[in-house]
Amino acid sequence: MSAAPVAPHPESAERLDLLLTAPAARTGWRVVPARVLAMCIVELQKLRHDRTEIYTRAIQPALWLLIYGETFTRIRAIPTGGIPYLDYLAPGIIAQSAMFISIFYGIMIIWERDSGILTKLLVTPTPRAALVTGKAFAAGVKAVIQVVVVVVIAALLGVSLTWNPLKLLGVVAIVVLGSAFFSCLSMSIAGIVLTRDRLMGIGQAITMPLFFGSNALYPVSAMPGWLQVISKFNPLSYEVDALRGLLIGTPAHLGTDYAVLAFAAALGITAASALLARLAR
Amino acid sequence: MTVARSASPDGGGGRREGAHVPISAPETTTDGPSAAEAVSLTGLEYSFGSTKAVDGVDLSVRTGEVFGLLGPNGAGKTTAIRVITTLLPVPAGVVRVFGYDVARQKMNVRRLLGYVPQQLSADASLTGRENVALFARVFDVSRKERAERVVQALEAVGLTEAADRLAGTYSGGMVRRLELAQALVSAPRLLILDEPTIGLDPIARDGVWEHISQVRAATGMTVLVTTHYMDEADQYCDRLALMHKGRIRAHGTPEELKNRLDERRREAGVDHASPVTLEDVFRDVAGSGLDDQGGGEFRDVRRTRRTASRVG
Repeated sequence: MSAAPVAPHPESAERLDLLLTAPAARTGWRVVPARVLAMCIVELQKLRHDRTEIYTRAIQPALWLLIYGETFTRIRAIPTGGIPYLDYLAPGIIAQSAMFISIFYGIMIIWERDSGILTKLLVTPTPRAALVTGKAFAAGVKAVIQVVVVVVIAALLGVSLTWNPLKLLGVVAIVVLGSAFFSCLSMSIAGIVLTRDRLMGIGQAITMPLFFGSNALYPVSAMPGWLQVISKFNPLSYEVDALRGLLIGTPAHLGTDYAVLAFAAALGITAASALLARLAR
Repeated sequence: MTVARSASPDGGGGRREGAHVPISAPETTTDGPSAAEAVSLTGLEYSFGSTKAVDGVDLSVRTGEVFGLLGPNGAGKTTAIRVITTLLPVPAGVVRVFGYDVARQKMNVRRLLGYVPQQLSADASLTGRENVALFARVFDVSRKERAERVVQALEAVGLTEAADRLAGTYSGGMVRRLELAQALVSAPRLLILDEPTIGLDPIARDGVWEHISQVRAATGMTVLVTTHYMDEADQYCDRLALMHKGRIRAHGTPEELKNRLDERRREAGVDHASPVTLEDVFRDVAGSGLDDQGGGEFRDVRRTRRTASRVG
C-alpha cells in the first residue's frame, strides 16, 4: 500500500459509530411520500433563508388587482354574474401567480442539473417518478405560500373571501395539484430543451396563452368559440373555476375541477419522469 | 479506433486486462473472482454519437482499497463513473457493484454508493446541516437516528462549527468536505469521487484527502476516485488505472507502474538521472497524443473551469 495509512483518531472513530451501518431501506409505497416530504422540507428551508422571491413575486399580482382590477371594476365591461369584478378577478390572479411560480420550476431543475445537485439526487435510492413527484409537490408548497400572500393582498383590497377552513383546505389542494401539473410541464420541457435560455423563452411563450386562454380574466362564455375550445383543455381554467367557487362562492364544478387537475398532475408526473433521464446524461 | 500504442507497459491492451489481474495484494488473490470485488467492469463501451467515450474497459476494484482512475480531460473517466453510478445506461458490457448488476439492479447499487460529482454539488441556499440532512432523508435514515447521524457526518469532515452557516458562504475545500459528509451519512460501502480536489489549493487538497483517508480507515469503505493530479494518485491510491482515449492503458500499484517504466528504460539503455514519477508513466502510456488531442471536449473543459472558478 502506497498511501500513508492514517491511523483512525480514537475519538473520531468512536463518534463515527452511526456511519458504519447503512440505514434500513424503505420499500414499496412508503418511498414516494418520504421523498415528497424530503423535497418539500428543502423548499421550506430555502424559503426560510431567503424570502426575497416571495416579496418580489407579490408585486405583479398586486398590480393586476390594483390597476387592472380596479379599472375594469369601474368599466363594468365584463359579465361576472353580478359580483364586483375585483372579486371575480382575485381567484384568477391567485391561480396565475401560482402558475407563474411553477412554470419556471423547470429552470431550477436545469440549474440543479448544471450544478450537480440533481445528478447526486439521481444516484440516491429514489426512483425517477418519486423525485419528480417530490419536486412537483415542492413547487406546490412554494405556490401555496405565494397564494397566501396574494390572498392577503386581495383581502386588503376589499375582496370578500371565505375564511371557512375547510374551503381554504380545498384551495390548498387545488393549488398544489395545479402547481404539480405546471411544474411537471416545465420539467418536461426542461428535459426536452436542456438549456435554461431555451426554457426561459418557451416559458414566456406559453404562460400568456395559458393565462389569456383561461377564465382567469373573463368568463368562458365571453370568449370566441375557438378560444372556448382551447379553454376546455387548459388546466388553468379548472383551477380558476375551483378557486372562484371555494373563495368567493360562485357556482363551480368542483368534482370535475379536482378530477381534471388530479389527472393532469398524474400525466405531468409521468411525462416529466420519462424525460428526466435526459437531464441525467 | 486503433490503439497507437497497444503494447502498454503491462503488455496488454485494455480489453485483455481483466484476464490477468496484476498480483499486487497477494492476500486478496485467494478469494473468488468476484467475492473481493467492489466494482467490476467487463467490456464496457459507451458512445456519445460517433465518439467512443469508453472503448472496451475491463476494470476491477477490490473491496477496501482506494482505487484511482487517472487520465486527462476527455479520457472517459467521468463517463465510466457515470455508468457505474447508474446515471448512464450500460450499452455494452457488464458492470457490477458488489455483485449487483448496474443495468438491472439500480436501486440496490444506489443504496451502496456515496457519490461526489465533479461539480460543486452542495446546495448553496441551504446550511451545511440541511444539505446533509437531505441526504439522510433520501437514504431513509430513521427520524430518531437522523439528527445524530448528520452530526457525526459533519464532524467526520470537520464542519461541526460551520454546520449552521449557508453552504454558499463556504470555501471550496469546505464545500468538498460538506459533499463528503453528504455521501457519508448513508454509510456507503463504495465512495465514488469524481475529481474531488479539482481547483482546490494545495492545503485544501490535503484537507480533503486527509478526511477521505480518516473516514476510510474508520469505516473500511472502498473508494473509487478519478483525478488528473498524479501526485495525489501516487500518495493516496492503493492501485491505479491509467485511462486514455476511452481505454485503460496500464494498471497496478503506483510502485509497480513506476518500476515497470524504470526497468524498460534501463533495458533500452536510457539513463535518467531523476527517479521515475507517475507523470512519466502517464506520458509514456499516453504517448504524444496527449498534447495534440486538445484535452477533452469543450463541454468537459467548460465544466471543469466552472467548477474551478466556483472553488476559487
